[in-house]
Amino acid sequence: MALSQEEVLVGLAAIVTDETGIATEAIQLDKSFTDDLDIDSISMMTIVVNAEDKFDVKIPDEEVKNLLTVGDAVNYITKAQG
Amino acid sequence: MGILEGKKILITGVLTEASIAFSVAKLAQEQGAEVILSSFGRMLPITTKISERLPKTAPVIELDATSQDDLDALSGRIKQHFDSIDGIVHAIAFAPQTALGGNFLETPWSDVSTAVEVSAYSLKSITVAAKPVLNNPSSIVGLTFDATVSWPVYDWMGVAKAAFESTSRYLARYLGKDGIRVNLISAGPLRTTAAKGIPGFATMEELWTDRAPLGWDLTNTETAARGIIALLSDWFPATTGEMIHVDGGMHSTGA
Ligand SMILES: NC(=O)c1ccc[n+]([C@@H]2O[C@H](COP(=O)([O-])OP(=O)(O)OC[C@H]3O[C@@H](n4cnc5c(N)ncnc54)[C@H](O)[C@@H]3O)[C@@H](O)[C@H]2O)c1
Repeated sequence: MALSQEEVLVGLAAIVTDETGIATEAIQLDKSFTDDLDIDSISMMTIVVNAEDKFDVKIPDEEVKNLLTVGDAVNYITKAQG
Repeated sequence: MGILEGKKILITGVLTEASIAFSVAKLAQEQGAEVILSSFGRMLPITTKISERLPKTAPVIELDATSQDDLDALSGRIKQHFDSIDGIVHAIAFAPQTALGGNFLETPWSDVSTAVEVSAYSLKSITVAAKPVLNNPSSIVGLTFDATVSWPVYDWMGVAKAAFESTSRYLARYLGKDGIRVNLISAGPLRTTAAKGIPGFATMEELWTDRAPLGWDLTNTETAARGIIALLSDWFPATTGEMIHVDGGMHSTGA
């Protein structure tokens, strides 16, 4: 069963919180991973592998650099679930 | 039956599925080997996740190539999984950003020394640290980017690779009497995390895709991995101190 955007956001926010300790409420669709959340490249890699496992999707390396905001990642994952 | 049937191998350098070492681990398992992976620091949880994507999840041990504590503990950590091993794959390299991308004339020694320690000296330190658990015969295989010539943007990483290549020959000299072979695969450019960290790496990609007689696939790490598997196997029993190109034939061309 494909998850809705809201469900993906909740799941992704939990992963981001786990990795960075950032409060879940702060992880909103319009937030930039680097500029607003201050997430570095190693944390981003960790978030990506965890998201791939959790949502059963593939996020190719070339794609990761296009996922600038939380919303970009949520959209990508929602679509990729097929 | 696979060509690594019954062999036990330590594989360093698995970070993502795009890592050359990931391909090596996958092929090694397919060829009958049992493998342990090593990773370090904040990469460790990532490597552990990626290990689950292998045909068979492999244990991951901690090994920062620059940590004397990790090196001292290495044999013991291997022993928690295997009594002894038949090979090591060295797939570790790092250079600070100031050492890459055209800054060659400005790079301070402290950054050069980091590149050399992680990327070259580590072949010696890891091999020697694991020596108590290395069988006779065994095979050490590393990965280089041909350092006999200079390249655009590769800069001090190229110098570190020259030291790495020389280190492999000296290890071959000193460890031959123990039945330990030390060889390198010189691969063409591949789009891994390490490569993408090099500013201007695309220049090198174009060189290869234009010039390599066999052509070159920038995303296929299996070609280099196959070379490594062959060197780990019993099919190169009298080869040591050697560097084999898996580069589409690029090294053989003049222009
Ligand atoms: N990608 C290429 O174009 C290419 C070409 C020829 C040779 N190589 C060599 O292949 C090897 C593997 O690199 P890759 O391209 O698969 O990239 P990669 O980024 O997937 O792997 C590099 C690995 O080095 C590890 N590493 C860095 N510093 C370390 C340290 N202090 N201790 C332990 N491990 C450390 C990283 O964790 C990572 O797993 C490297 O030696 C690289 O120079 C790469």
